Amino acid sequence: MTAFGIVAMRQARGCLNLFIVQSLLLAASAALLGLRYQSVDLYGVALVNVISKPVVVPWLLRRTSPAEIYTRREVDQALNIPTALLIALALAILAYFLGLPLLKAVAPEFRGPNVPIGIAGLLLGAFTLTVRREAVPLLIGLLAMENGAFLCGIAVSRNLPLLIELAIATDGLIIVFIMGVLTRTVQKQIGTTAVGELAALKEAPVRSAQKEETK
Amino acid sequence: MSVIAILLLPLVAAALVCLPFKKVWASGVTVTSSLAVLVLTARIAWMVSLDKTVVSGLKAGVLKWISVDGLSALILLLIAFIGAAAAIFSVGYMAHGNYKPKKLRLYYANYNLFIFSMLAIPVFSEPTLVWIVVELTTLASALLVSFENTREALEAAWKYVVLSLMGAGFALLGFLLLFAAMQASGSKEAYTWSGLVNAAHSMPPVLLQMAFLLILIGLGTKVGLVPMHTWLPDAHSQAPSPVCALLSGIETSVILYVILRLFPVMRASPNSHAGTWAIVLGLISVGAAAFLLMQVSDYKRMFAFSTIEHMGIILTAVGLGASAANYGAVWQIVSHCVTKSFCFFAAGAVLLSAGTREISAVRGLIRRSPAAGAALVFGALGITGAPPLAVFLSEFSILKAGLAQKHYIATGLLAVFIVIAFFGIMMQVNRMAFGVRENDSDAAVPDDHSGYSGHSTPGNRFHLPFSCSLALILTAVPVLVLGLYIPPPLQGLLSQAAAVLTMK
Repeated sequence: MTAFGIVAMRQARGCLNLFIVQSLLLAASAALLGLRYQSVDLYGVALVNVISKPVVVPWLLRRTSPAEIYTRREVDQALNIPTALLIALALAILAYFLGLPLLKAVAPEFRGPNVPIGIAGLLLGAFTLTVRREAVPLLIGLLAMENGAFLCGIAVSRNLPLLIELAIATDGLIIVFIMGVLTRTVQKQIGTTAVGELAALKEAPVRSAQKEETK
Repeated sequence: MSVIAILLLPLVAAALVCLPFKKVWASGVTVTSSLAVLVLTARIAWMVSLDKTVVSGLKAGVLKWISVDGLSALILLLIAFIGAAAAIFSVGYMAHGNYKPKKLRLYYANYNLFIFSMLAIPVFSEPTLVWIVVELTTLASALLVSFENTREALEAAWKYVVLSLMGAGFALLGFLLLFAAMQASGSKEAYTWSGLVNAAHSMPPVLLQMAFLLILIGLGTKVGLVPMHTWLPDAHSQAPSPVCALLSGIETSVILYVILRLFPVMRASPNSHAGTWAIVLGLISVGAAAFLLMQVSDYKRMFAFSTIEHMGIILTAVGLGASAANYGAVWQIVSHCVTKSFCFFAAGAVLLSAGTREISAVRGLIRRSPAAGAALVFGALGITGAPPLAVFLSEFSILKAGLAQKHYIATGLLAVFIVIAFFGIMMQVNRMAFGVRENDSDAAVPDDHSGYSGHSTPGNRFHLPFSCSLALILTAVPVLVLGLYIPPPLQGLLSQAAAVLTMK
C-alpha cells in the first residue's frame, strides 16, 4: 500500500481522477487501521472520506467551474515533467527522514509507513501548488495536501472526535466551492484560468495604468 | 448563553441581509447586529475582568468547547469593536461606489460571515475546531477581497486563498500532531488549550516541537510573517477599505492569537526553543517590512506593510517571554488594532476624495479634503508610534521589558527598525498631505487638480460621507485616549490576558 500511495501521490498532480484514487486509498487506509485497532471512529473517517472526496468534490468542481476547463487540459508547468518528478522523489525521501524522529516518539502500535507517506503527501501537494499554473490542478494540489496531513494525522492518533472529522470534510467542500467560484470569476473577467499569468501586483516603482477602485 | 448569542447574531444578520429589500436594509441590519455584538462582548469582557471566571457554554456537541478567558475576552472585544466601526464605515463607503443592490447584499452577507468566523476563533477552545474557523475566515474574506472584480483584485484574492490554504494544510498536520502528543502524554484531560498546557510537561518534545513549527509556519502565512508574507500587501490593498481595516486591523491579530496560545504549552515543556523561533521570525518580519515600507507606491500597501511590521513586533515581544513583555504584547495587540483600522478608514477616506491609490498622485490633500488629510496624518502618527498615542506606549513598554531582560541585541534591532518605519511612513504621508504636485506646469491643463481622476469634481472641496466621519471619530477616540489613560476594567483585562500567556 505504501508503494501505491507514493505512486498515486506523484502522479496526482494535474488530474482529478488520481485525486479520487488517492482519497479512496486514504479511506481504505483508515478502514484498515480501524479494523486493526477496532476503532469505530476510524470507520467513520473512512466513510466520510468515501462520500465527500471522490463523489462530492468532483461534482462540486464540475458544477462551479465551467466544463470547458476540463476539455482542454494542456499540461503547463513551470518545470518540465522529469525535473518535477525528480524533485518530488527528493521530497518523498525528505519526508521519510522527517517522519523518523516522529515515529520514535509515538506509541509503538502506531509505527507504520503511514507517517512518512502522509508527510510526503503534504510536501508533494505543496510542491504541486508552486509549479502549477492552472487553477484546477492548483485546487487539487491543495486538497492533496490536506489528504496527506490527514493520513499522517490518523496514523499517529486514534479517537479524534468524529465531529471534527465531519467538520474538516465539510471544510474541504467549502474550499472547493469558493475556489470554484473564484475560478469562474477569474475566467469571466480575464478569459483564462492560467492563474500563473496573474502577476501585476508587485513592488514595482511605477505601476502601469492603475485602475480606480471605485467606479 | 450570551457567548452563543454573539455567534448567532452575525449568522442571522448574514441571512437577513440577503432578503431583497431596499438598500438601507442590508447596511442597517449589519450595523445593528454588529452594535449588539459589541454590547454583548463588552458585557462578557466586563465579567471576565471582574471575577476571573471562564464563561462556559452548554455541554452538548460543539458548544461544550466554548470558553472565554482573559486573552480571548480581549480579542473578542477588539473584533466586536472594529467590526462595528467598519460596519458603520461601510455604509458611506459602499454607497459611494454605485454598486447594484444584489452585489451590495452579497457584500454585507459576506461581511457578516467574516465577522462570525473571526468571533468564533477566540470563543472556541478546541484547537482543531479553531483550525476550522480559521479556514472559514480565509474563505469568507477571499470573496470580500475579490469584491471589486478587477484583474488586480482577483489576483490578490487568488494569491491570498492559495497561500493561506497551503499554510492551513501545514497547520492541520501541526494540530493533529499536537493531538497525538496529547495522547502520548497519557493525559486524560480534554483536548483544549488549558488541557494542553497541563499535559505539556509529559509530552514527547519531538512531537510538540514539530507541531509548533508546523503551526507557526502554517498560521504564520496568514499572519503575514515575512518569508510567507507575499500575499498580504496585495490582498490588503485591493479589498474595499472597510474590509482592509478588518483584515489588517484585526484578522491578522486574531490568527496571531492562535499562535500565541501555543506559547504557554511550549514553555511548560522542557527545553523548547519557541521563544527563540518567535524572536528570529518576528525580527525578520519587522526588519523586512520596515525597509519594504520605503519603496511602496500605493498608500494602502504602505499600511499593509506596517501591519507586517507590527505582527513582527508582537511576536518578538511574546518571544522575549517575561510577564512584562507579555503585557506589552497584548497591549500592542490592542493599540495596533484600533490604530491600524483607523489608518485604513483614513486611507478609505483619502481614496474617496482623491480617487487613486498612487502615493505620487496624491499631493496637497490637506487643502482638498481637510478631514481626510488630517485623518491620514493622525493615523500615520498613531501607527508609527508618535509620543502621546497608544502605539507609542505599547512599543515603549515592550522595549523596556526587553532591556530589563537583557535581550540587548533583539531590543536594539527592534528599536532601530521601528524608527526606520517611522521615517518611511511619515515621509510618504507628509508629501501626500502637504506636498505640492510636481508636474503642476504640465502645460495641457493648468488646473491644479487636473491629475485627480476621482469622481468628485476637481477643484472643489470634498466632503466625507457622514458615516465615514463617524467611524473615523469612533476609532480615533481609543487611539488618543489609550495613550494617556487606560480605564481600570481594561487594565484588568490586559493583565489577565498577559497572565494567560505567562501561565505558571
